[in-house]
Amino acid sequence: MKPSDRATRPTLAELFAGFLTISLQAFGGALPWARREIVEKRGWLGADEFTDLLGLCQFLPGPNVGNLSVAVGARFRGVPGAIAAFLGLYAIPVAIVIALGALYDRYGNVALLRDALGGIAAVAAGLIAAMALKMAQPLLARRSLRALAFLLLTLGSITLLHLPLALVMAVLTPLSILLAKEAA
Amino acid sequence: MKPGDVLGLLCLHFAGLSLLAFGGASAVIPEMFRFVVETEHWMSAREFTDLFAIGQAAPGPNVLIVTLLGWHVAGLAGALLATLAFSIPGAVLAYGVTRVWQRLRNAAWQARFKAGLAPITVGLIAATATILAGTANQTLTAMAVTAVSACIALHTSLNPLWLLAAGAALGMLGVV
Repeated sequence: MKPSDRATRPTLAELFAGFLTISLQAFGGALPWARREIVEKRGWLGADEFTDLLGLCQFLPGPNVGNLSVAVGARFRGVPGAIAAFLGLYAIPVAIVIALGALYDRYGNVALLRDALGGIAAVAAGLIAAMALKMAQPLLARRSLRALAFLLLTLGSITLLHLPLALVMAVLTPLSILLAKEAA
Repeated sequence: MKPGDVLGLLCLHFAGLSLLAFGGASAVIPEMFRFVVETEHWMSAREFTDLFAIGQAAPGPNVLIVTLLGWHVAGLAGALLATLAFSIPGAVLAYGVTRVWQRLRNAAWQARFKAGLAPITVGLIAATATILAGTANQTLTAMAVTAVSACIALHTSLNPLWLLAAGAALGMLGVV
């Protein structure tokens, strides 16, 4: 059965609902849940198609899963599909987070809440460090001096020199691409 | 600075950041920090980290930090417009590229582009971790919590929600 058969082609409502479901489970990042919902539960895309599309979204700038919602929605229902998927993904999280933001404004100075947030921030920093290390593994495995150099240059310019991101990327990205000899 | 100016500046900056955010919102957090805390002084480092923590604890994509920054700086309009400003440029690009994807596939330059960009993206995410750890880890126990969380996240597939909850509990108990 071809994945683009009518049977598995979602409607606007289904796109909205599907991404809504993903958004509600997405603690610490939405991508694993996106895969589960789109490939395993709803069968909109085959595993390879999903990986392809995700690869494209990671290749592009902007929030990964946000771009994915647009790509998936557009694939099945054009612009309306992209909008439905996007709204499904963002509607509830944005509402929740605004409510939390309002609570923070009110009670942010309450000692207990500050302490809880401090604990969460410490854990979250660790989670991001883990993500950086995971992403670094394939780079380091290839023992590329170039990759390590640009990694450290980027890290240093941002954290030690406090240079603006646009400047760092404008200078380092073309250099890194020019020097890149191996395939991704 | 008038509220309208603040909102405009915020949205403009986030829209620009959207196009640099290879690897997602996490990669541009250092720049958001630099802009919002160091350049414009719209909030303190502690407040930024607090808002980041809230964004992590809530369900949904990581981009929510942008919503919170917008809320804190310019209320409801700020929250919504900042989110849209950050998401739409990338989304439009994604839409356009998916249409021509079939034709661009397997172009040799893509592999090179990805290979070139990869270490920079990782460097940016490492920078994010460093900056956040810097503000969150004021005590030895906080550093330990960060290190342990990183280890657990690296070596297990435990749902990060448990780790975040543990962090909140440890914080409230006064351990961190």
